[in-house]
Amino acid sequence: MMGLDLTLIWAAIIGFGIIMYVLMDGFDLGLGILYPFAPDEESRDVMMNSIAPIWDGNETWLVLGGAGLLGAFPLVYSVFLPALYIGVFLMLAGLIFRGISFEFRFKSKKNRHWWNRAFCWGSAVAAFAQGAVVGAYIQGFAVVDFVYVGGALDWLTPFSVLTGLGLMAGYALLGATWLILKSEGHVQAWAYSIAPKLLLAVLVVFGIVSLWTPLVSLEVRARWLDQLHLIWVFPILAMACAAMLYRSVKRQQEGLPFVMALGLFIFTYLGLIASKWPVIVPPDYTIWDAASAPESQLFLLVGMIFVIPVVLAYTAWSYWVFRGKVKVGEGYH
Amino acid sequence: MELDPLLLSRLQFAFVVLFHAIFPVFTIGLASYIALLHGLFYKTGNTAWDRLALFWTKVFAVVFGMGVVSGIVMSFQFGTNWSNFALATSNFLGPVLSYEVVTAFFLEAAFLGVLLFGRNKVPEGVHLFAAIMVAIGTFISSFWILSANSWMQTPAGYELIDGRFHITSWAEAIFNPSFWYRFTHMGMASFLTGGFVVAGVSAWFLLRQRDVEANKKALSMCLWLLLVLTPAQAVIGDFHGLNTLEHQPTKLAAMEGNWETQSNVPLLLFAIPDQDTQTNRFEIGIPDLASIILTHRADGEVPGINEAAPEEQPPVAIVFWSFRVMVGIGVLMIGVALAGLLLRWKGRVFESPLYLKTLVAMIGTPFLAVLAGWIVTEAGRAPWLVYGLMTHAQGLTPSLTGAMALFTLIGYMAVYGVVFVVGIYYLGRVIGEGMLPGSDEKDSDEVERPKRPLSAAHTPLEGDDIKGANA
Repeated sequence: MMGLDLTLIWAAIIGFGIIMYVLMDGFDLGLGILYPFAPDEESRDVMMNSIAPIWDGNETWLVLGGAGLLGAFPLVYSVFLPALYIGVFLMLAGLIFRGISFEFRFKSKKNRHWWNRAFCWGSAVAAFAQGAVVGAYIQGFAVVDFVYVGGALDWLTPFSVLTGLGLMAGYALLGATWLILKSEGHVQAWAYSIAPKLLLAVLVVFGIVSLWTPLVSLEVRARWLDQLHLIWVFPILAMACAAMLYRSVKRQQEGLPFVMALGLFIFTYLGLIASKWPVIVPPDYTIWDAASAPESQLFLLVGMIFVIPVVLAYTAWSYWVFRGKVKVGEGYH
Repeated sequence: MELDPLLLSRLQFAFVVLFHAIFPVFTIGLASYIALLHGLFYKTGNTAWDRLALFWTKVFAVVFGMGVVSGIVMSFQFGTNWSNFALATSNFLGPVLSYEVVTAFFLEAAFLGVLLFGRNKVPEGVHLFAAIMVAIGTFISSFWILSANSWMQTPAGYELIDGRFHITSWAEAIFNPSFWYRFTHMGMASFLTGGFVVAGVSAWFLLRQRDVEANKKALSMCLWLLLVLTPAQAVIGDFHGLNTLEHQPTKLAAMEGNWETQSNVPLLLFAIPDQDTQTNRFEIGIPDLASIILTHRADGEVPGINEAAPEEQPPVAIVFWSFRVMVGIGVLMIGVALAGLLLRWKGRVFESPLYLKTLVAMIGTPFLAVLAGWIVTEAGRAPWLVYGLMTHAQGLTPSLTGAMALFTLIGYMAVYGVVFVVGIYYLGRVIGEGMLPGSDEKDSDEVERPKRPLSAAHTPLEGDDIKGANA
């Protein structure tokens, strides 16, 4: 045993990667979901242009997280993927269609409406599938002796459908607040008008999930209700973010709604981790059960220490270059 | 009929991986060619090289983009359909495949951006450096992937503890016994693919009298290259075969269609292997030649397929015939390269329509050869997933049903079908547009990103407004 626990370091890396993915791909998936509801084609161009330069980099975290899981927590990889078999396929199909529609929408005039559809449906399906993963994670998996033994559609329950719809609403909220930040005029006015409705939808799902989760999982109930725990700080902060989000939208502030939407996601995510920690493959397996061999974790860590700062710098640079408002009729061709 | 999840998963993996392989095998070769073109331009200042480089970089961007899209699925396949395998081998495959992702990220973020979009923004030398780094990067990417595959073929540097592989030596595991053979063979295949595609497209332009000067340069260069590379590939392939004989004798026996261990084994040109009777029907072969190639002696002994129990034998007919497709194309390639030398000697290499048309027709052959080669090596190790240690059946996801596997197999075929049709159609338009005069080449937008390589091509997807199409 070496001095420092590599598994803990890896848990931090993967945990960081997941929330980075959720926050960054979240708002651009959200714009895809909002796409068909936009007031006009001009607004759609603005929406698309506001994410065109950055969405690709956002998905880096998904691939990095996927490969990192196999390297550091293979049990997660070998249980979640079989258990969510159909959902994983739908998510990948959604992401692929969305990806190519980005490229070809701008190169196409006659058939642009088809690429618009691929963009919207791809985003919606991918978001729903990711939300259903969260639901399935809370429910837990039928695992015997490190092998998933459940059925193909065990994950698809009313609960996971709810979390799927909830994440769609959450991503849409992120997308709307992003649009507030990046647009002006009638596009921004539309974004201001839908943000409170989306916030309400998110809070309703949030409420139902919070009440339901202790019923689905005994461990979670014990964790939250047996004693007043420090972890209550997360839902309280999440609620504070929601309140600030509402107020800042009403006051027509531009940057704060997005920041608060990010905060809402971060604290909900921390709350979810707090519910389960240190279990990573519920109900029974902890991060140490799921970990790969220390020499493998160490071998890969060397590369990660090198690459993560570069990914962060590259990401920050991309956002910096494309800062400021996206104007109607300007931008990508 | 009962749906077999094992068979369907194997079909799905074969479909996804073969589909994906088409793109990197081309881009790896093309990246080196683009770097070479940049180098020639840098050295000579001849703008023909620059225009060629620009044109092929656009093609590269589109193909690279399609490779990225089709590759996303690959990284999830191990978990969805082969979860027992994923868990057992994760200590090795996890880090190695992750390093491929890391390599790809650096390649895309740092150098591909400069290559695709930096033409007018950085000094020529920096642009050349970026082109070289992209070429090297594609090789490092394939290094990791081929290391992972080779390790499954010839596992090394590991210790099995409770059914899971633990790595005892990273060097032995990464540079396992078949790695260098596979890496060299595959690298050469990438060069050949790039070479034949560039030669074929240049010939196509010459047949239409478009950009004659630049395309003659490109074609001439390719033909010299192919003249050296095609026979070199045959030699490397032979060494790879000897390595297979040493480590995977059953696979090699299947490639030769040799059922019994015996001496004076003929090189079979045609046969119908029959797994049930463990014999061949209708053999036509050259006496002793297989023994001579494999052991360098006419009476050398070659191991037979039936050294392995029937349930541990690969599907012989598939391996046998895929091998013949690959080698047949290889021989054809050598012939085409030699014909080029002959025509050049007579000074008619650019004037013979028949030869130019032959080169156009050859464009598809390297892809076919690569796919056939992968079928040989992958089907040839059946039933082993990790050779001698874990079978396909043991590696399969236990919870997977036939219906689930069929659903996703059809699903991936549909998704890839759309991507492929649109992508190839678009690629055709980019190539049809050809090389544009310098001033027509659109300067890159700020929003174009290296992680979205397709944004480097500005050709519209439909309509008749392709520039230069009637030139």
